[in-house]
Amino acid sequence: MTEAVRYRRERIDRGIKARSDSIFMLSSYREMLYLVLPRVLPIAALLCLPLAMGGSYWGKVIFYACIFALLALSWDLLASVGLVSLGQALFFGIGSYVAGGFNFYLKWPIFLTIPVATLGGALICTVLLVPVVRLRGVYFSMVTLIIPLLFDHLIETLGILGGTHGLLSLTPFPNHWLAIYIAVIAVVGCLFGFRRMITEDYGLVLRGIKDDDRVVMAGGINIYWYKAQAIFIASAVGCFAGALMTHYYQFVGRSAFALDNTILPLAGAVLGGPGSFAGATLGTFILVPLSEALRALGGLRMALYGIILIAALAVLPEGIFHYIERKYHQFERDVRI
Amino acid sequence: MQNEVILKVETLTKRFGGVVAVDDVSFKLQKGEFLGLIGPNGSGKTTLINLITGFVKPTSGKITYREKEITGKAPYTIACLGISRSFQMVRTFHKLPAFKNLIVPLYSPRVKKLGGGKYGERDDIAVDLLDDLGFERDSFVPYKVAGSLPHGYLKRLDLARCMALRPDLLILDELFSGMAMSEVAATLPMIEKFNREGLTIVMAEHRLKELFRVANRVIVLNFGRRIADGPPKEVMNKEEVQKAYLGTEVEG
Repeated sequence: MTEAVRYRRERIDRGIKARSDSIFMLSSYREMLYLVLPRVLPIAALLCLPLAMGGSYWGKVIFYACIFALLALSWDLLASVGLVSLGQALFFGIGSYVAGGFNFYLKWPIFLTIPVATLGGALICTVLLVPVVRLRGVYFSMVTLIIPLLFDHLIETLGILGGTHGLLSLTPFPNHWLAIYIAVIAVVGCLFGFRRMITEDYGLVLRGIKDDDRVVMAGGINIYWYKAQAIFIASAVGCFAGALMTHYYQFVGRSAFALDNTILPLAGAVLGGPGSFAGATLGTFILVPLSEALRALGGLRMALYGIILIAALAVLPEGIFHYIERKYHQFERDVRI
Repeated sequence: MQNEVILKVETLTKRFGGVVAVDDVSFKLQKGEFLGLIGPNGSGKTTLINLITGFVKPTSGKITYREKEITGKAPYTIACLGISRSFQMVRTFHKLPAFKNLIVPLYSPRVKKLGGGKYGERDDIAVDLLDDLGFERDSFVPYKVAGSLPHGYLKRLDLARCMALRPDLLILDELFSGMAMSEVAATLPMIEKFNREGLTIVMAEHRLKELFRVANRVIVLNFGRRIADGPPKEVMNKEEVQKAYLGTEVEG
């Protein structure tokens, strides 16, 4: 007598989640792999990609992608607190000019200018934005959009900090690998750090401010102080990206405050799926190489770039990462019954 | 500790343009008192609560809490002094699990200072609090996403959020609105218990029958003015109060 073996299909993630999303019960290597793979894969890819590309043109593209990924992560953090920023160029520009200025005028070495630009720049950005943390929604966005333009015109008309020529021949990184790996490690650190932070109690408070700031105030929490903290963290990341770029280019100019530095990270975050940090990273790592690949098309480049962006948003409004995540949770396996 | 005045409101007035939402209201609240705040729609109950809790700045007048002036202070400062409020329209973080909703008040400087609630403990404290308010710990209810819970649970979640702050004065803005009779019957003893344990409670409510069971004093507002103040029975017999209600909402 042999009985037919019967199977039932079951979602993998159902069985391993014990009560909540953060406690897992694992009973096989397959289940461990299911959990570990999506976390290890991006790290491995980010660490190996520069090696595969070497010092070629595409190696530089990876560096740019990392810079914009940092800006996108910084945007996503602010968006998680309900502050929709259109001022990534502000963070980028302040970081660039602080690093460039100290290096050009005071000849500070690179290992000093980058930390000073990160923390000092973040302090400047926070001081600039703190007066408007009471503004909500589009009003905050408008102010963040205007401030970088203001700096751009100040530098142009007053001729300070190199004026229209910018600051030239700054100290370069000792070698290409150091630059690219600092950028890659920063992206990985921010990505996983932010993802962890936003699920901690501190992050819950930040997300609460986005959902309903009156409830958070009724809970005895000074929302303006927390918003200022979020702005400091986000602008530190943005300033760091700016400082890296400055020394990589060995140049800082008015282009640091350009609108591109705002729009590209924002497009990346929206394309990848805001609110998850992974989406913002993924989005910029798609958009930056794409825009480079389209360079061959010359004038049509930006038009085609725009069409691809609109098409992607129309097809996947939730963002690429959220789509992948959803599908990943739907993986099934056969269970013997 | 008898007869200690916990809250003193003096000639409080709030004008929204031409509308006088709260008009020259004064009262004192003793520690341990259970005050009912009633009045027809638009009589200024919620505005009065918003004024006391700092969500709206008064046009004139003075609010003193435990001999400390709190007029025009920020809502979070007032909350940290121990005045906790609920919202008339349910406000929860609907994307978070129910118990995670309580993390925000548990993370406040007030609760941190009172001790406990550090690190991972906050989750346990939150589940304990919800358990007390009828979210059975062994069911999945406390862990469900708040947005998926029925309205009665959300109201109690809001109450739990207030209690998480470990308040000395609890202000409830129409807690029972939209609750089923059975839910009201289940929640009422909890509030009574908090009061017996020494918590001072102010409760704005339209369900007078339930309110009068627990409140030992009632203030009636009409067009922003305090028209009556006293024990429930006496107050409801006043002609002015009955006129204000036009006999429509007076029960029993």
